[in-house]
Amino acid sequence: MPERMNRKTPVTDALPLSALPTPKRRRVFALMAEHPLLRPIAALFILLLIDVILLPGFWHLEIKDGHLYGPLIDILNRAAPLMLAALGMSLVIATRGIDVSIGAVVAIAATVAAMLVNGEQPLVLAYAGALGAALLCGVWNGVLVAGLKLQPIIATLILMVAGRGLAQLLSDGQILTVYRDDFFVLGGGYLLGLPVSLWVVAALSLATIALLRKTALGLFIQAVGLNPVASRLAGLRTATLIFGTYVFAAGCAGLAGLMIASNIKSADANNAGLLLELDAILAVTLGGASLAGGRYHLAGALIGALIIQTLTTTIYSLGVPPEVNMVVKAIVVFLLCILQSSELRPMLRRLAPRGGAR
Amino acid sequence: MTPLVLFQRWLRQPAFSAQVTVVLLLALIAAGGAHYTGFAAPQVMLNLIIDNAYLLVLAVGMSLVILSGGIDLSVGAVLALATTVAAWLLHHAHWPAWAVIALVLGGGAAFGVLQGALIHAFRLQPFIVTLAGMFLARGLCYLISVDSITIEDPTFVLVSQTQWAVPGGFISPSAAIAVAVLVAGIWLAHRSAFGRAVYALGGNEQSALMMGLPVGRTKLMVYGLSGLCAALAGLLFAFYMLSGYGLHAQGAELDAIAAVVIGGTMLSGGYGYVAGALSGVLVLGVIQTLIAFDGTLSSWWTKIVIGALLFVFCVVQRLLARPAGQA
Repeated sequence: MPERMNRKTPVTDALPLSALPTPKRRRVFALMAEHPLLRPIAALFILLLIDVILLPGFWHLEIKDGHLYGPLIDILNRAAPLMLAALGMSLVIATRGIDVSIGAVVAIAATVAAMLVNGEQPLVLAYAGALGAALLCGVWNGVLVAGLKLQPIIATLILMVAGRGLAQLLSDGQILTVYRDDFFVLGGGYLLGLPVSLWVVAALSLATIALLRKTALGLFIQAVGLNPVASRLAGLRTATLIFGTYVFAAGCAGLAGLMIASNIKSADANNAGLLLELDAILAVTLGGASLAGGRYHLAGALIGALIIQTLTTTIYSLGVPPEVNMVVKAIVVFLLCILQSSELRPMLRRLAPRGGAR
Repeated sequence: MTPLVLFQRWLRQPAFSAQVTVVLLLALIAAGGAHYTGFAAPQVMLNLIIDNAYLLVLAVGMSLVILSGGIDLSVGAVLALATTVAAWLLHHAHWPAWAVIALVLGGGAAFGVLQGALIHAFRLQPFIVTLAGMFLARGLCYLISVDSITIEDPTFVLVSQTQWAVPGGFISPSAAIAVAVLVAGIWLAHRSAFGRAVYALGGNEQSALMMGLPVGRTKLMVYGLSGLCAALAGLLFAFYMLSGYGLHAQGAELDAIAAVVIGGTMLSGGYGYVAGALSGVLVLGVIQTLIAFDGTLSSWWTKIVIGALLFVFCVVQRLLARPAGQA
């Protein structure tokens, strides 16, 4: 599948080729630049480099009580819910869809979990209830998009508007505080020295990537995104595939909701996962996926999520007002969209004879 | 023609969902009037427009965008930015009110035109561009001030306290402005060359281009007008709240989209009425008033009911679109 992606991906302008002297070197760099993950990794690397220069002790890792501590671990731990959301969003966007109800699903899952835990139910039941509620949300979105063929933005907008209302209805508008230690493991616990949340994200990501790579599922999803009509005529069950991506995305959001509730030891129907869907879309775009569908990269989306969290952490630790974060994010999105645009090259070429001759 | 055939025709015509909204609105008001004393009073109805003046202005701008086949998610944030900029300029820079109003309106329009230029020049999805615009505008609010800024300017205070007598009660200048914007929007959409270009663009961009319509200019103007409406809505909001704050009107873009859809405008573009913005906004307002009159229902019911209405209208539109497509 990577070859297929490369053909679609004009990534050769990732490096200033004019800066490279010999044709031979140019070829080596061009090969490297072909890789779809190059740009997101480079962006993350540059961000980390800035951190190392500006923040003393950024690479500092220490072992306390057998657990690994440090700014890097902190970034990974905080990025975990966003990584999950981005994973689900990746597949939805790959089929030309979008899911703006992620944040609402997070709120619903967190609320259901907190209610069940506070109702003295076993942890397994709380998790099952929360994930079940989230999957039900996914089924709803999937039926609207794949069954009724509503526009994805609008179909998921319904749940985005109503979902938080439902969560508030369940919690009676209260912030539910949880006081049970076993519930805090998922978002704040450690396993073999690393945060549990990281293990969960790693396991789910690897399982998903393996499933998409080792079976034809990944190819099918890409085909639906590239040309839904052609895929249907070729015999793919496009509706089932699209339905599946929304259920998967909601499931990921539900798990993210459990993680957030466990980390902050409470469920806030009003604010849990607020604007998470937007960050997830941004992460997917940062990871090199096309919002027009058909081109996706799960590892890229995960790196995109890390870029966003690193940016946030950097801005906080530099003492810059956190409000700058939104402005920076917005500018990053604008730049990324323009770079991804197919109109950019012809436009530059048109400008080149006039302005480019030195 | 038998009544049944006439009924089926009425069901299949695209204006069906716009007409259903008007019926729904009247039914809601009638139900409220029958249930709660004082609900159907003229002033309560006038308050619907007074309290939702900003939303009506947003919805008029959003109607044009949706008719052109696009979407503008930045309007709520631009509204908040307008209140914050206005409050800051009045409170800290001591600008005169007219200059503040001119700058805010010009800034809003420029913000919209810029988004439209990005969408058109780089063929970007309106959804993602205006989403980034939303981040940008909200972020700029917090850069100007993290806290709410009170507006004490005499002109703004005067506008916010003025009440104009009309038969049955009074209205605020903001409500009058909102109604004027609605009328201007209706004229623009249904009576001007620009409006015809908007409908053509929403129907099929390729065809519009081949017909020789100024597609680029129309897009820029649509998003510019939406930005202008958002900035004007911000001023109305500032008159209403007498403060500027980055958290003002969270999610107002969703309310505006919901109002436009409930008003009978097709989300796929090219079909609908700007007047539907009024019935959509009034339906949302009546639901809120009903919940307020009831007193036992909690505020989250508003969200759930709006979501449910949105669902019903989307499905109705979808089912209506099918027979039309087959015919």
